Amino acid sequence: MTDQTASGGKDRERHAGRPVGRVRFMDAQRVNLDGFAREDPGLGLVALRSPGDPEPGLVIADGRVAELDGVPEAGFDAIDAYIAAHGIDLAAAGEAMALSDVEFARRLVSPDVPRAEIVRLSAGATPAKLARVLALLRPAELVQAMTKMRARRTPGNQAHVTNRLDDPLLLAADAATAAAFGFREIETTVPVLADAPSNAVACLIGAAAAAQGVLMQCSVEEALELELGMRGLTSYAETISLYGTEQVFVDGDDTPWSKAFLTSAYASRGMKMRVSSGAGAEVLMAGAEGRSMLYLEARCVALARAIGAQGVQNGGIDGASVAASVPRGLRELMAENLMVMMRNLESCSGNDALMSESDMRRTSRTLPIVLAGSDFMFSGFGSIQRYDNMFGPSNFNAEDIDDFLAMQRDWGVDGGLRTVPGEQIAELRAGAAEACRAVYRHLGLIDFTDEHVERAVDAAGSKDLGETDTLAVVGAAQAIRDGGLTVVDVVAALDETGYEAEAERIMAMTRARLAGDYLQTSAIFDEQLNVLSLVTDPNDYAGPGTGYEPSPGRLREIDAIRQERGVDDLRAEQARFAAPLLAAAGPAGPGHDARDVVIGVSPAVGRDVWRCLSGITVPEVLAELLAGLEEEGCAGRVVRFGDTVDLGRIGLAAARLAGSGIGIGLQGKGTALIHRRDLAPLANLELYSVAPTVTRELYRLLGANAARHARGATPDPARNPYSDEAIEARYHTTVIALMALERAWVKPGAAPEELSQEGLR
Amino acid sequence: MTDEPMALSGRPVSELTLDAVRGGELSVADLRIHPETLERQAAVAAAHANPQLAENLRRAAELTRLPDDEVLAIYDALRPGRSTPERLREIAGGLAGRGLPRCAALLTEAAEVHARRGLCA
Repeated sequence: MTDQTASGGKDRERHAGRPVGRVRFMDAQRVNLDGFAREDPGLGLVALRSPGDPEPGLVIADGRVAELDGVPEAGFDAIDAYIAAHGIDLAAAGEAMALSDVEFARRLVSPDVPRAEIVRLSAGATPAKLARVLALLRPAELVQAMTKMRARRTPGNQAHVTNRLDDPLLLAADAATAAAFGFREIETTVPVLADAPSNAVACLIGAAAAAQGVLMQCSVEEALELELGMRGLTSYAETISLYGTEQVFVDGDDTPWSKAFLTSAYASRGMKMRVSSGAGAEVLMAGAEGRSMLYLEARCVALARAIGAQGVQNGGIDGASVAASVPRGLRELMAENLMVMMRNLESCSGNDALMSESDMRRTSRTLPIVLAGSDFMFSGFGSIQRYDNMFGPSNFNAEDIDDFLAMQRDWGVDGGLRTVPGEQIAELRAGAAEACRAVYRHLGLIDFTDEHVERAVDAAGSKDLGETDTLAVVGAAQAIRDGGLTVVDVVAALDETGYEAEAERIMAMTRARLAGDYLQTSAIFDEQLNVLSLVTDPNDYAGPGTGYEPSPGRLREIDAIRQERGVDDLRAEQARFAAPLLAAAGPAGPGHDARDVVIGVSPAVGRDVWRCLSGITVPEVLAELLAGLEEEGCAGRVVRFGDTVDLGRIGLAAARLAGSGIGIGLQGKGTALIHRRDLAPLANLELYSVAPTVTRELYRLLGANAARHARGATPDPARNPYSDEAIEARYHTTVIALMALERAWVKPGAAPEELSQEGLR
Repeated sequence: MTDEPMALSGRPVSELTLDAVRGGELSVADLRIHPETLERQAAVAAAHANPQLAENLRRAAELTRLPDDEVLAIYDALRPGRSTPERLREIAGGLAGRGLPRCAALLTEAAEVHARRGLCA
């Protein structure tokens, strides 16, 4: 039964079950497409600390680990056993384990404690100990510690280069583009496993067409990946997965010993390699055993060090969204990366899975790592569009490259990327696609048409390619594999088809790899083929004034994004709209006609400033104002005031010259107002303050209203157009430059001058 | 004795040139890393606070002597449920006998832990 007596009861009933508009509006925002999980330690849905995590502890007897984090030796699972046997520095263990968690955390953050000291202590710490220590760090402390603990001084970045079709020409063009943007590693993979050898060859050629020293990976199943590396077609691997529980590890069809052996197998073929782990993997397999994500990852990282991998890709990876769904999940992801650095390993810091539908959340996830700097800030920035990313969309993709470049510039940090002029991108893409076509033709793999090349060069993504022959790609890949094609065959084909520079680049890289220096921790090649690593370029951060700082040249690269504009650019742009109008027509005197309205314009009008922010030209605006005045029975004069840029003063001065006592003020940028001779300078009758949004109709209305004021009639005030855009962000730099142009024409005491109206209508 | 690295074939790295490619002189062994290079890198890793990476590179130096197929076969034997402890010890014995003691030790250790944890065939 409904309660009929309470007033409003019916309204409440009508709305029962339906949120009010404000809530419906909030519900419709993109962040609400994300899933948010209540903490549930039983399922492992807990970031930093679970009641199921063990107390840190280490018992050493007879020179070996007798108990690890509360588990006696007889109860070690395979992961414990490997870490206990190989992963703990017993010489440092007593000291490290005796430190309180807070003291350890303070040393970790303090710039006064050198990185090497933290590395030494961490080597003696158990997984549970490092998890406890890292759980104490607040976000700003994570940033500080990461700045210090990163192994390599110079930060770096990695790109994904893939497409839905495995199209070789597009892969080559996109690899060249990624290399040009500054990525030092390129990771490709396939939607169709059989295509892998073709993808590796296409990316190898593409990267070589743009830059020297880009490391290349083709992420596929391990045997094939190793095979591609053995033939010199790829130069690193990173998808060797570790897990934090024995059950999930074994479900992944490996044991710590098989992974240790595989790690050595890669090194034995001269391939750089890192392992892959990260929060959420165990949760997704329903195998977290009640442990926190950070503790399980601490086991993975300890194992990575124990088996002798030089680095770790972590920070969620495939499980990033799982971590992001729980409270403090983003702290956990960053703590994982930091833990890798503490273990003296290379960090490839995740950010490679789109963890939110919200642009703000995904930026919030990535930004602290970019600010701190990592060996690789992304273990795959999607350098291609989201839909072409065959790893799944990365947290940042081609859609976000300009955003990322702007972020680097905003904060003055080196995120590894740089602006590439559009013409250079076009040239490099064409070179890469042509070289790839030449090699495929020379090796009898595929004969691509001119049109295909053109499309690949111009394509923003594989959807721009039209129909392609995907079976031909499978055939080419098969031929590459069956023919035992090596990097030498690719080099020979490049050389014989006229791509000697590309051939030489790949040979130089092959030689450099055989020196083995790039097998050291955090190694990349720079563009002169120098190895930058923990050994050759160690991070020496010890507080302000130390550590990595972009060189002046690199800083210019970071600063000079292609959207940057100066006053000279604007002057040139304005000059394109200059017209033989608004000629000076002598001194302006006071008017005596009651219908005389003066339109006062700013000093640079008719000289350097010709176009308003709205895109309407100044003569067009004046024509509308004059027409509006005329419609309402007044006559306008155009007068330039040379002694001020202030619109209120221009308007007031115009009003004082006008026979009617009414003036219109107009700045060259388009801001306009109506003034009256008896008002204070900063007062006015009507104001169009948001110049970029003013239309021709509104200027005409302003003219008409000025005339109505002059005649004593009732004006019909205009409303400033509404906008929800970042108008100020878009126009303020232009406004500053326009005002500088105006200011340059200011002459104190300059007399007002009448401007010709000829040609204005 | 020079410090110049060489490929597994023994060819000095500086001889890996475009001219050598043009002359058809280069084989897969010219693209492979030499065990001495790995030993040298192991010493560097040990001097930079990572004895585990050093150990890995020394195991790798041993593995340069095995053909690709055998490397992959041993990897497979180490995966869960593939081998009995006896089989792992047998492989280890073979490796030890051929001068790969570090790899042998890894397999011996695996045999013990895999058996205890039920990861054997």
